[in-house]
Amino acid sequence: MAGLELLSDQGYRVDGRRAGELRKIQARMGVFAQADGSAYIEQGNTKALAVVYGPHEIRGSRARALPDRALVNCQYSSATFSTGERKRRPHGDRKSCEMGLQLRQTFEAAILTQLHPRSQIDIYVQVLQADGGTYAACVNAATLAVLDAGIPMRDFVCACSAGFVDSTALADLSHVEEAAGGPQLALALLPASGQLALLEMDARLHEDHLEQVLEAAARAARDVHTLLDRVVRQHVREASILLGD
Amino acid sequence: MKETPLSNCERRFLLRAIEEKKRLDGRQTYDYRNIKITFGTDYGCCIVELGKTRVLGQVSCELVSPKLNRATEGILFFNLELSQMAAPAFEPGRQSDLLVKLNRLLERCLRNSKCIDTESLCVVAGEKVWQIRVDLHLLNHDGNIIDAASIAAIVALCHFRRPDVSVQGDEVTLYTPEERDPVPLSIHHMPICVSFAFFQQGTYLLVDPNEREERVMDGLLVIAMNKHREICTIQSSGGIMLLKDQVLRCSKIAGVKVLEITELIQKALENDQKVRKEGGKFGFAESIASQRITAFKMEKAPIDTSDVEEKAEEIIAEAEPPSEVYLYWVVFSGTEFISLLASLGIWEGVHTEVCFLKHCFVREAFKIQDSD
Repeated sequence: MAGLELLSDQGYRVDGRRAGELRKIQARMGVFAQADGSAYIEQGNTKALAVVYGPHEIRGSRARALPDRALVNCQYSSATFSTGERKRRPHGDRKSCEMGLQLRQTFEAAILTQLHPRSQIDIYVQVLQADGGTYAACVNAATLAVLDAGIPMRDFVCACSAGFVDSTALADLSHVEEAAGGPQLALALLPASGQLALLEMDARLHEDHLEQVLEAAARAARDVHTLLDRVVRQHVREASILLGD
Repeated sequence: MKETPLSNCERRFLLRAIEEKKRLDGRQTYDYRNIKITFGTDYGCCIVELGKTRVLGQVSCELVSPKLNRATEGILFFNLELSQMAAPAFEPGRQSDLLVKLNRLLERCLRNSKCIDTESLCVVAGEKVWQIRVDLHLLNHDGNIIDAASIAAIVALCHFRRPDVSVQGDEVTLYTPEERDPVPLSIHHMPICVSFAFFQQGTYLLVDPNEREERVMDGLLVIAMNKHREICTIQSSGGIMLLKDQVLRCSKIAGVKVLEITELIQKALENDQKVRKEGGKFGFAESIASQRITAFKMEKAPIDTSDVEEKAEEIIAEAEPPSEVYLYWVVFSGTEFISLLASLGIWEGVHTEVCFLKHCFVREAFKIQDSD
């Protein structure tokens, strides 16, 4: 799209946000009664649903059981109606597999797997509408779902994407900004310690700008943490009211 | 065949060595292994050897109709295969996780960074474009597949020549190599992956891990850069927790390494070009030097053994005699000896110290058995 500036002279982006501003986040925990834990998150127009089953006995081959920790199994699925064009995605295709592997890596680091040896924890994530930042929305939804299931974690896992346009780092990219082809960074952070559970970057970015982009993404992830924390506390308050405490 | 598990003794030995900043093959923490690039007789075929890890890359092209939403761009297709000859653990059904990870990383590194000008691959907009296919095969696995594969891919692409085409109105003429010289691809920059292995929860890091080091590592960070210090891809894997300054430090190291490797690639390409122009012999067969005594010799690994003489005696004097001793008659050479000794002495309570001196230890082992 020629002539579409991602960052105007006054510092406004395509959707009217400032460079470091996040999109509106709305989340809800406990959406499904059947699952052990579930959550739904909306980050702007990106909508993701996460469901957690576990910890339970290992399904399939017993040989995969780890004697000292739990096995974390993640599956990512993107609905056919999630993008602008209806695209049928076969279940085992490379991108879904890669996302699943990355989610597993993120949560194996965060969940205290030593407390549940020889068990399996399943995390299923479904993207209902993809408007940029799908990995981040998946991770945030999965964090809430794991918390809803009562599985102990080291800390929240908060993720956010970041980009770089006109020597300014942008936080929380939307689909338009991603499709423009500039550098995109996706980061999953444990806010208390500042450790990165996952770092992923695409497209060319000069080394000198890396620190700026990392900083912007980390700051945005911490903002996401504040919002998710509020959601969790609200949910616990509601649940305790219903129980009559 | 399932991978043979690494013994605890060997794992402890490797981790202790890394803590003392020593690597089994004598490299420093930021050193790469020897990189050797050889070309085949056809354009677009190359073998890259990173130490003992060997990757074969082959580029081919075909005229196809373009994708519907990108009518003026050519198509790039990358495929890395882990062939069974690379390692006994690579069986057709068992490789999926690693294969997906490597393939996606290569795709992101080479396709998303736009190193190849896809618009120049268009012949007739909306009807005919070139589809460039890069096939990589892993021939031997000795660690760090991703670096070797990325080097092989970019070298093969730089080396490849596609047939010349001319368009007159509606007619498209495809010239054979005899009619017109084939044309090289237009490559903007050369992204090269550099791998960093982390140990002991991120305290120690090594560049270019070999197979043993990969088995004991906590996680891997791959940074793909080009010589203009532009980062093309970053990917952290394996469940390690990184800190921001670790990532920044690694990117600085990667910048230096990528410059060295790019120079090496340029030189290799120029050499091959020169040989072909002068009509000399080229190809894989020519690059294996035969009929020379030193054709298959192994390179010597520089290991600092200056202070080991006294240490061995001290260690053996202090060691408690084990309850059972098994003496192995083996023929050994070089570094294989050290890893063999590391896998001995796996009993509970026996503290086996391994040193770099060969003959001394065998002599002492005889002594221990006699004193039982």
